Amino acid sequence: MTAYDEPTVDVPAGEVPVSFGPTPLAGERGPYFGAFGGRFVPEALVAALDEIDAAHRSAMSDPAFVEELAELHRTYSGRPSIITEVPRFAAHAGGARILLKREDLNHTGSHKINNVLGQALLTKRMGKKRVIAETGAGQHGVATATAAALMGLECVVYMGEEDTRRQALNVARMRLLGATVVPVTAGSRTLKDAVNEAFRDWVASVDTTHYVFGTVAGPHPFPVLVRDYQRIIGVEAREQVQQLIGRLPDAVCACVGGGSNAIGIFHAFLEDADVRLFGFEAGGDGVETGRHASSITGGSPGVFQGARSFVLQDEDGQTVESHSISAGLDYPGVGPEHSWLGDSGRATYRPVTDSEAMDAFKLLCRTEGIIPAIESAHALHGALGVARELGPDAVVLVNLSGRGDKDVDTAARWFDLVSDEDLVASEVERVSDAPEDTEGSGW
Amino acid sequence: MVSTTHEDSTTGPATGTATAAAAVDRAKAEGRAALVAYLPVGYPDVRTSIEAAKAAVDGGADVVELGLPYSDPTMDGVTIQRAVDAALAGGTRPADVLRAVEGVAATGAAVLVMTYWPPVDRYGVDRFARDLASAGGAGLITPDLIPDEAGAWIGASDAQDLERVFLVAPSSTDARLALTAERSRGFVYAASLMGITGARATVGAGARQLVERTRAAGAERVCVGLGVSTPEQATEVAGYADGVIVGSAFVSRLLDTDDTASGVRAVGRLAAELSAGIRSA
Repeated sequence: MTAYDEPTVDVPAGEVPVSFGPTPLAGERGPYFGAFGGRFVPEALVAALDEIDAAHRSAMSDPAFVEELAELHRTYSGRPSIITEVPRFAAHAGGARILLKREDLNHTGSHKINNVLGQALLTKRMGKKRVIAETGAGQHGVATATAAALMGLECVVYMGEEDTRRQALNVARMRLLGATVVPVTAGSRTLKDAVNEAFRDWVASVDTTHYVFGTVAGPHPFPVLVRDYQRIIGVEAREQVQQLIGRLPDAVCACVGGGSNAIGIFHAFLEDADVRLFGFEAGGDGVETGRHASSITGGSPGVFQGARSFVLQDEDGQTVESHSISAGLDYPGVGPEHSWLGDSGRATYRPVTDSEAMDAFKLLCRTEGIIPAIESAHALHGALGVARELGPDAVVLVNLSGRGDKDVDTAARWFDLVSDEDLVASEVERVSDAPEDTEGSGW
Repeated sequence: MVSTTHEDSTTGPATGTATAAAAVDRAKAEGRAALVAYLPVGYPDVRTSIEAAKAAVDGGADVVELGLPYSDPTMDGVTIQRAVDAALAGGTRPADVLRAVEGVAATGAAVLVMTYWPPVDRYGVDRFARDLASAGGAGLITPDLIPDEAGAWIGASDAQDLERVFLVAPSSTDARLALTAERSRGFVYAASLMGITGARATVGAGARQLVERTRAAGAERVCVGLGVSTPEQATEVAGYADGVIVGSAFVSRLLDTDDTASGVRAVGRLAAELSAGIRSA
């Protein structure tokens, strides 16, 4: 028998690879999730990926490491994050109850800190002194710069030049924290190109550098590693919801770009067959227009940035540029575990357009006094639909993955809240502040 | 023992396909290392890239690596990125690459396709192997496909009698070197350093040691690439490797001129200089 016959290696694109076997769903640890996952990377990185995998496994079974991380959660990032019921928002969904898991209240403003604190501790455990990261909206970059400052690590963040303009405030935040921000001018100058550039750095610096990957995509073990650090969201939420309502929620909703906040809240519920899981992808102008970032709904199985998963690609396997109002969801790939959960039917993935997300964004602002990240607003829109479908007795849990401070400028433009004159002035300022200088020092 | 062509086979490649293994062995019989030249198909256009590859062969390249342009070339530095981006913007497609293989193979040189895995995965591994074999291609170099993930490609390349060149790096463990040597056909590509493609002042100091380790792990032929761009570096590498792989330096010759004819001539001259450097080792 040749390796060709080994079922883990190659399953025809688009076919459902596995039924759920004897292992619990939540026990899946890669490198493959059904037909998805793996390691499509240069040989040069294999030793480092093996090292990370081994370090992570040993760390997770080391009580001292687990306690150190838990202590950081308690005393630094502010865990457990609270649950907020939003009745005035839910009133727009026919009577069901909607509960928000408030990851927006974490230090640095999103769920990203959960992963980054874990990986920064892991970096120290591996004896490395330098971290690199990619960032789209800037939230993962800010979180990484924060953890690096806290732990005394050198930090370089790669960010698509297009995104450094869209998210200039976060560029400044990273530089305030002492990180070097490198605007990436290759390709489409967005998140996927930042990932490429981080890989190019890493292949040359892997002896001294840990790549703090920001989402549950990429080569094994990143999808598992990042999930393990994000699953605290669902572990807490499952307990909190039971305490609050005496039972599990009927549905759990989250937005999906790469998919880390969604896996984070889904994972603790995977074995709860009665809890429906919904991931909402960025539908951009609408999946039918081709201008979107819905990898599962509008893409196809392929290989992208180190793993087999759903991806936006053309008929030649070239990556197709994604489009979304939300920089954090503007990514043409998605984590392999989501592809698996979607393909097998355990989770349902749906697109939410820019304008649907912005409507939900505004609704939460006006009904509850909470400004969500535009990413999370995709989940909010989706949750309204799910709540209507499930009826007035339903309880829907939504991961409010981030806060919207970073999005105020985008929202102000979208809702026409500032005059043209203001816009021109702020544009001039943004261009003159543009990140020509790639040094982090001297701010 | 060394055969210069594949055996005839009803499902295999066109008879008479030159293999990289045979080209390296022929060079070895002449007491020198082989010269492997990389050029991406479609830069500045498909026709010129074919002409440039032929010029490299005329200049002394024993093996040609034709690059299949990909949108996310994570192992490539700015030189190759620029050429590949332009090739894609110009509409280069896998069919163009197969056409280029056919054109360059007609010179009698061994032609490998250097490709990231997503385009082959999308094309269909078996179908790509079949079409590559019919075009007279010798096989594939796969910079982001490690042998442990290559089940489909190993099956398809065995069926079509194609070569499969996997990479090893200074960070590879002895166990991984052995796995890679065992699953490679043609030669093993040793990355001279930890990093991406592009010219550098010096060849990685660990390259010689990596070649020795890879041979000790069972590899019959080991060629060295990444950062090799000058005749002096080619001489140095030819002193210990079975082949010298040069990419970005060739691409630079095409990038540095607006005049395609002079770019093609410059590619030929570089091949001749590198070839002379190798012969002086």
